[in-house]
Amino acid sequence: MAELVFFLNKVVLAGLIIGSIYALGAVGVTLIYSILRFAHFAHGDLMTTGAGISLLISLLLVGAGLDQSSLAVYLAIPLAVIVTAFLSVVLDRIFYRHLREAGVKPVVLVMASIGVMLMLQGLVRMIGGTAARDMYVTGASKAIFRIPVPFADNRPLVLTEPQLILIVLTVVVVIALHLFLTQAKLGKAMRAMSDNPMLARVSGIDTERVVRATWIIGGGLAALAGIMLALDVSYKPDLSFNILLPIFAAAILGGIGQPYGAILGGFVVGFAETMAVFNWAILLRPFKDTWIGELGLPAQIAFVPTEYKLIVPFIILVAILLSRPTGILKGRVL
Amino acid sequence: MSILEATELHAGYGGMNILNGVSISIEAHEIGVIVGPNGAGKSTTLKALFGLLNITHGTVTFNGRDITNMQANRLVPLGMSYVPQEQNVFVNLTVEENLEMGAFIRRDSYDHLIDQVYHIFEPLKHKRNQPAGELSGGQRQMVAIGRALMTEPRLILLDEPTAGLSPLYMSEIFDRIIEINRQGVGVLMVEQNAKQALAIAHKGFVLAAGQNRYTGTGQALLSDPEVAKSFLGG
Repeated sequence: MAELVFFLNKVVLAGLIIGSIYALGAVGVTLIYSILRFAHFAHGDLMTTGAGISLLISLLLVGAGLDQSSLAVYLAIPLAVIVTAFLSVVLDRIFYRHLREAGVKPVVLVMASIGVMLMLQGLVRMIGGTAARDMYVTGASKAIFRIPVPFADNRPLVLTEPQLILIVLTVVVVIALHLFLTQAKLGKAMRAMSDNPMLARVSGIDTERVVRATWIIGGGLAALAGIMLALDVSYKPDLSFNILLPIFAAAILGGIGQPYGAILGGFVVGFAETMAVFNWAILLRPFKDTWIGELGLPAQIAFVPTEYKLIVPFIILVAILLSRPTGILKGRVL
Repeated sequence: MSILEATELHAGYGGMNILNGVSISIEAHEIGVIVGPNGAGKSTTLKALFGLLNITHGTVTFNGRDITNMQANRLVPLGMSYVPQEQNVFVNLTVEENLEMGAFIRRDSYDHLIDQVYHIFEPLKHKRNQPAGELSGGQRQMVAIGRALMTEPRLILLDEPTAGLSPLYMSEIFDRIIEINRQGVGVLMVEQNAKQALAIAHKGFVLAAGQNRYTGTGQALLSDPEVAKSFLGG
């Protein structure tokens, strides 16, 4: 049954990991859309910026004398999340607020966000360079957890330390977000403003405060996703820009403006990717002595070669826009 | 002293004036009703009073304070509430969450106010956890008015609270408005059902073409043959 474990590792666990990243990113995109009514194209680079800030902070912590294997790396995560959340509010103040107050059309805000995106890309490269960097600045190696599977003799489930942290944090974030939106007054005000902005203003809701909360949550989660992705792979200036498409696909698939939809969409896109690139011939191997083996199937049966993985969210995006533009959970039509 | 005093208001959308000198004055604890034909500027008057429309000429005072062109988020803390005619509930939020949003500016506990709203609008109590979008038109209107009461306003502006309601619901809503007024809340409302509305009004304002045509007590307007002939359908 080693093949089944291989499937669990390559499809289920890998889908869970990349799905978590997409979900964290898509929640921010969808919240920003539901409150500010524009597609925030700078979101991918906000993620990269968050990862870069985390890298900087961990270098500073090491410089300050903290050098206990990977403690500096993990300590930097919450700090970078806070800094990035604050940075998002500042970016809103400088670039988006004036436009909002002038009552511009959404497309103008989208263009502004593309401008912010290019600016962040430039800043990230100016400060961090273009090379890939290891987030584990202290040189500590990631712990690898091998979880034995009872029915497979010697093939365990494999999960690295950052991957495990990512999955746990994603669960925590989803629960916290749910509680915030349904229990906290500010969370309810967020839903109210998404529902009917005019009535929210008329009711006396401080809409600018809601906007700030939206950026704090969206920016914070973007940073978290960017950092975890960089920890899992490595820090690269274009790491998160490259996953902007799947993140938008996830947000639209789940129903734009629907936070639960974005989470669901993130995992659907994540699993779709891992299933599309998986070599299904491997699952047929145990049956090679039966009639299946005599069919002479090729040794490589995958829907999409790994290097063309990006085609999967693209197809999902086009398909959902053609067949059900409101998404799974009935969001607003873009 | 009048709680609300608007003199010679001129206002409109994008340079086009809809109001050409509307004056409204009501005392605290009164019910004021604005009636008139379509396009007379009734709803526009309410919007202008609530800072949703730019007043180009004229002044509004609330409780002696100048509130001309003051924004809604500053008017609500002063004790003024507004219920729009359409899209006046948060459809995705539950009935109770709608009421909580009405109390957004409050820092103190407001559970007793929620109970009070359920007391006035009995049917809402059983639907407290239902999304407001699933309610009937009349119940939505109750949620909308209830939401506006959560700040304990001194004056509530209602834009056609009975629009599109069955006659049964209409008189139900009118009864509730009287009850709310008896608890000391001033009411200024726009109504299509002019006769029924003037019957409960302390003061009536008949608008036409963005100006006051007749002003008087509700009873006086109802018994004025001129008003009856031109505006109340005989």
